[in-house]
Amino acid sequence: MGVPLFAEAANIYTQSLVNGLTAGSLIALIALGYTMVYGIVELINFAHGDVFMLGTFFAFTVLAALGITGAATATASGGAIVLGIALMLLLTPLFCAGLNLGIDRLVYKPLRRAPKLAPLVSAIGVSFCLMNLGMFWNGIMPEDGKKVPSASGRNFPALLTTPVVRDRMVDAGLCDEVGNVLEGSLAKSVLGDSGGLRFTVKDLLVILVTVPLMLALTMFVKFSSVGKAMRATAQNPTAAQLMGINVDRVIGLTFLLGGALAGFGSVVAALTLYTTIDYQLGFQQGLYAFTAAVLGGIGNIPGAVLGALVIGFVQSFGSVLVGEKWTSAMVFVILIVMLVFRPTGLLGSRTREKV
Amino acid sequence: MNRVIRLLPVVSLSAVALCLGLTGCGNGTSSTSSGDPNTIKIVSSLPRTGSAKGQTDTIVNGIKMAFDEVGYQVGDFKIVYEDLDDATAAQGAWTAEREAANADQAVKDADTMIYIGPYNSGAAKVSIPILNKAGILMISPAVTWPGMTKPGKGDPGEPGIYQPSGTPNFTRVVPADDIQAAFGAKWAKKLGVTKVVVLDDNETYGKGIATLFKENCRELGIKVIGGQQSIDPLQPNFRNLMAQIAGGEKPDLIYFGGTSQSKAPTIAKDILAAGLRDVKFMVPDGCFELTFIQQAGAETFKTLPTYVTFGGDPPDRATGKTKEFAEKYLAKYGKQPEGYAIYGYEAGKVAIEAIKKAGQKDRAAILAAAFGIEDFDGATGKWSFDKNGDTTARSMTGNTIENGAFKYAIQLSDLETE
Repeated sequence: MGVPLFAEAANIYTQSLVNGLTAGSLIALIALGYTMVYGIVELINFAHGDVFMLGTFFAFTVLAALGITGAATATASGGAIVLGIALMLLLTPLFCAGLNLGIDRLVYKPLRRAPKLAPLVSAIGVSFCLMNLGMFWNGIMPEDGKKVPSASGRNFPALLTTPVVRDRMVDAGLCDEVGNVLEGSLAKSVLGDSGGLRFTVKDLLVILVTVPLMLALTMFVKFSSVGKAMRATAQNPTAAQLMGINVDRVIGLTFLLGGALAGFGSVVAALTLYTTIDYQLGFQQGLYAFTAAVLGGIGNIPGAVLGALVIGFVQSFGSVLVGEKWTSAMVFVILIVMLVFRPTGLLGSRTREKV
Repeated sequence: MNRVIRLLPVVSLSAVALCLGLTGCGNGTSSTSSGDPNTIKIVSSLPRTGSAKGQTDTIVNGIKMAFDEVGYQVGDFKIVYEDLDDATAAQGAWTAEREAANADQAVKDADTMIYIGPYNSGAAKVSIPILNKAGILMISPAVTWPGMTKPGKGDPGEPGIYQPSGTPNFTRVVPADDIQAAFGAKWAKKLGVTKVVVLDDNETYGKGIATLFKENCRELGIKVIGGQQSIDPLQPNFRNLMAQIAGGEKPDLIYFGGTSQSKAPTIAKDILAAGLRDVKFMVPDGCFELTFIQQAGAETFKTLPTYVTFGGDPPDRATGKTKEFAEKYLAKYGKQPEGYAIYGYEAGKVAIEAIKKAGQKDRAAILAAAFGIEDFDGATGKWSFDKNGDTTARSMTGNTIENGAFKYAIQLSDLETE
C-alpha cells in the first residue's frame, strides 16, 4: 500500500485526478436527482439509479433505430453519428424525466402521507421492477440480427472512436489516433508536451456536458421563481401551500428535473466511460450516487456535487494505491464513517436548508 | 390500535415481497420421489438464467441428446431428467444459495442418482460436499479448477475438504485448468510475448486459472508486470485500472482469468478505450462462447487480437466421434453447438454408462461404476477416469476471433513437440 501497483506508471496521480474528475462528474448528475427528491419529499428514491440504467438502454434503442449499432457502427457516416448523438441527448433526458415523473405519480404520490418507511420500501420495489425491465429490454434488442441473452452485458456503440470520427478529429488537430486531446496538434502547439497524460475527447465531452448542466441547475433553483417555490416547499410544504404554491406541481417538477439529469448522465456515460451497459449498472452507480448525496449532506445541491467528486477521486486513487477490487469497499466505508460521525454530511447543516 | 393500522400497509407490503421472493426462489424444489424402483432420476444444475444461458442451453441440449439416443431407457431403468437452474435473475449468474438448494433437492429425492454439473468452479465448492455425504455421483461438463480433483494442484487441503465421506464423488469430462493455463502460457510464448499483465475476476475459476497462468509464465521466463490484480465484476467500467496499465510498463499481452459473465467483454473494450494498442488479449474457456463476442462487439476484436484457450476441439474442426456429434447436433437442433455442448453430451453418455455398468438403482453402485470407467469410447475420444475423477482426455485448443466468430488457431500437440 502507498505505492502504485504498476509502479512505473508515469503521471499516474495526475491521471487519477482526470479520471476521478470525469467519473465524479457523472456520479454527480445522478446524485443531484437523489438529493433534490430528498430535499423536497424526504424520500430516498432508490429507483433513481435504475432510471439512469434504463436511460442507457433507451439511448441504445435510439441508435438501433438509426441502424448504427453492432457491426454497422464502424461504417456509419459522420452525419449519422452526429444525428445519433443529438437525438440521444434530446430524447433520453425526456424519456428519463417522464419515467421518473410517472414513477412518482404512480407509486410515491399515493403514499405521500403514509409513514416514511412505505415509500422507501416501494422505491426498492420499483428499483427491482426497473432492473427486470432493463433485462427484458436487453433481451428483445438483437445484436447484428442475432438474439442475445437478456441478462448479458450490451456492447454500446463507441461512436466517438469510429474511424470516420477519429480521422476528422485528428485532421482538425483536436486529438491523436487514440483520442488523446493533449496529443492533438492543437493542444501541443499551446501546451507543449503532455508527458503521457491522457485526457481524451470523451473526458472533454463529460466536462462539457456535466459542468454547464450543474451550473444551470444551481442558477435555476437559486434565481428562478419556480426555483424559489422549490426551496419554499423544501422548507415547509404546508406553509408553501398556504402561500399559493402548487406543491404537487413542484414535486412533479423535481422528479422531472432529476430524471432529465439522469438522462443526460446516461447518454454521456454510455458514450464515454462505459464501454458496455447492463441491467445492474444502475444499482451500482445508484449506490455510489446515494453515497455521494449523503457524503455532501443529503438535500444539499453543491454538497451532492462535492460528494460525487470525492467518490470519483476515492475510486481513481484507490485503484492505484490499494487495488481495483477494493474501490467500492472504500467508497462504502466512507459512507459508514460519515453516517456515524457526521450524519449531516460535509455541507449539510442542521437548519434543514434543503434543495 | 391506530399505530397498528398505520403499520399495516408496511407489513403487508413486506409480506407480499417476501412471498414473491420465496416463490421466486422456490421453483423446482417441489419434486418428490416417485417410489418407482425402475425410475432413475438425473438432474443437472447449470446457470440457466443470465448470459451463460446461451452456453448452458447447448449443454442441456447435449445432455438431452445423449438420453434421446437411448430413448430415456437404460436396461430396466427409465431415465427422468430434470434441468435445474443455479442462477438467479437478480444476480445474472450462479449463486451459492441456488447451487446449495439444488444439491439439497438431489440428496432428498431418493430417485436422484446422478447430478450433472455444475458449470462454475465456485458453485462446485458449494455442492460437492453436500452431494459427497449422500454419495451421489457428480459429472461436471465445465468445472475446470484443478483443486476439485487433483491433490496438490489446487489450494492446500483440496480436494479432501470437499469429501466428508472420505471418497471422491466428483468427476469431470473436461480437462482441468492446470493443463489449460500451461497451454495458454506456452501459446503466449510462441506468440512472442515477453511481458504480461495478469488480471482476474476474484472467483474460484478466474482467480485460479489466472494464478496458474502467471506461474507458468514465470517458469517460461515471461515477465509478469505488477503481480496479479483482481477486479470487482460489479464495477461498470475499469478505466482506472486500464489507465494504470496504459501509463506503466507496456505489456505485450493482457490475460484475464474470468468469464463472459464476469466482465471479460467490458475489459476487452476498456483496453481499447484506454488507448492501449499493439497489445494482445488472452482469456480462458469461460469466454469461449458467442455471448463474449456479442457483448464486446465484433469490431473490438478487429483492433484487439484476442486469444481464447479451450479444452477440446471446437465443433467446426472436429474429427471422428466429435465430428459425428457436431453433425448430429446440427441436424437435431438446427444450429451449431457452443464449445461446451459436447461435454454436456459426454456427461449424459457417462451417466448412461455408469447406470448400465452398475445395473441397479443404488447411489454407491453407480458411483463406483462411474469411477471404474475405462477406455470409454466417447465423443471426446477414447478416455478413462483416473482415480481422482479426471478425464484422461486432454485435448486443448487455442482460438482467435475473426469476423465475429471463433477461429481455430493451434492445439496442444503443436506446442508440446517444440
